[in-house]
Amino acid sequence: MSGIEVRNTSKNYGSVHALKAVSVHFEENKIYGLLGRNGAGKSTLLNAITGRIFADSGEVLVDGEATLENDHALGKIYMMSEKNYYPEGMKIRDVFKWTKEFYPDFDTSYANKLAERFELNTDKKVRTLSTGYSSIFKLITALSTNARYILLDEPVLGLDANHRDLFYRILIEKYSENPCTVIISTHLIEEAAGVIEHVVIIKDGQVIKDESREELMSKGYTATGAASVIDKFTADKNLLGADSLGGLKTAYILGTLDRAAVPDGIEISKMDLQRLFIQLTNA
Amino acid sequence: MNFEDERPIFQQIAQQMEDGILSGAFPEETQIPSTTEISVNYKINPATALKGINILVDSGIVYKKRGLGMFVSEGAVTTLRGKRKEEFFENYITKLAGEARKLGLTQGEIVSMIERGFNQ
Repeated sequence: MSGIEVRNTSKNYGSVHALKAVSVHFEENKIYGLLGRNGAGKSTLLNAITGRIFADSGEVLVDGEATLENDHALGKIYMMSEKNYYPEGMKIRDVFKWTKEFYPDFDTSYANKLAERFELNTDKKVRTLSTGYSSIFKLITALSTNARYILLDEPVLGLDANHRDLFYRILIEKYSENPCTVIISTHLIEEAAGVIEHVVIIKDGQVIKDESREELMSKGYTATGAASVIDKFTADKNLLGADSLGGLKTAYILGTLDRAAVPDGIEISKMDLQRLFIQLTNA
Repeated sequence: MNFEDERPIFQQIAQQMEDGILSGAFPEETQIPSTTEISVNYKINPATALKGINILVDSGIVYKKRGLGMFVSEGAVTTLRGKRKEEFFENYITKLAGEARKLGLTQGEIVSMIERGFNQ
């Protein structure tokens, strides 16, 4: 099977179950949003996929090949993480040069073009970069590798609004010209929402949602009205949560809405991805 | 693009392109923006943009010229006007009647309000 297959993967840190028998399939040429609260297990999952940590059980396959001690399979994946793994004293131009040693399809001229668009001076050393530019040089490196699977853990950390905008544009340009699988793990959900095709939500080390963004979004809605009317309306529905303002109640519901069955006095509106996420992952 | 909008993004894309055709920004027999241009511009997934364009293809508003891209069909403006008039009834008149009933407005009162609106 093509794509990245995570099979029954578990990882414990002492008494903490970071991943609990996770199985998930990241298909080829799709942009995924990997969403979860702090400590939900997102980074552990990404690290298990790339072999940066060893899972306690389970396996990861890339295009059908097990990744364990398999450079050929791992070479198809590039992961950008929050943590910096490059030598602090290395110049950015040398980061590009050395990345090409490990990823032969790395496109140096494309990387230099992106550096220009982000106004990143490639003569600078890794250590001298601000948080934002540290994310930028790692993003540029990731997008230039031409790896089949690009994993981006918090890609827009520290980026200002203009640079975040530029990043999403560049990502779409790149993806349109040369489709690949991109897994974006981010807390800035609304900004990434449009770009994401498929959503994987992880909570307490388990995958709780794995479906297309459109499908997921079509199921979430809010109903607002007098508390008594709302309570009656939600009695037979999958209620995620509710907010009250005096006698006015807003219910967050997951399910297919039958508009004809909505009684008078109830206002229905759509839930955006971020709101839906909050309701799904609240304790 | 309005992500708060009730409708899925691909439907909004289709409507934006229709608006462009109706306003003359994309005249008949000229090329509309590519799915890449649309997706980069609105920062949306190319698959979503393609789904939006396909609505226009299925309804014959645009057609594909092999190797060139998508073009606005001849007669698209007339087709769209007809379609939009029907939607106008659905989107505005039906809702207006419903809201009027809630507020206890009579038909006569509505008519005079419409007249007032036109004279503004």
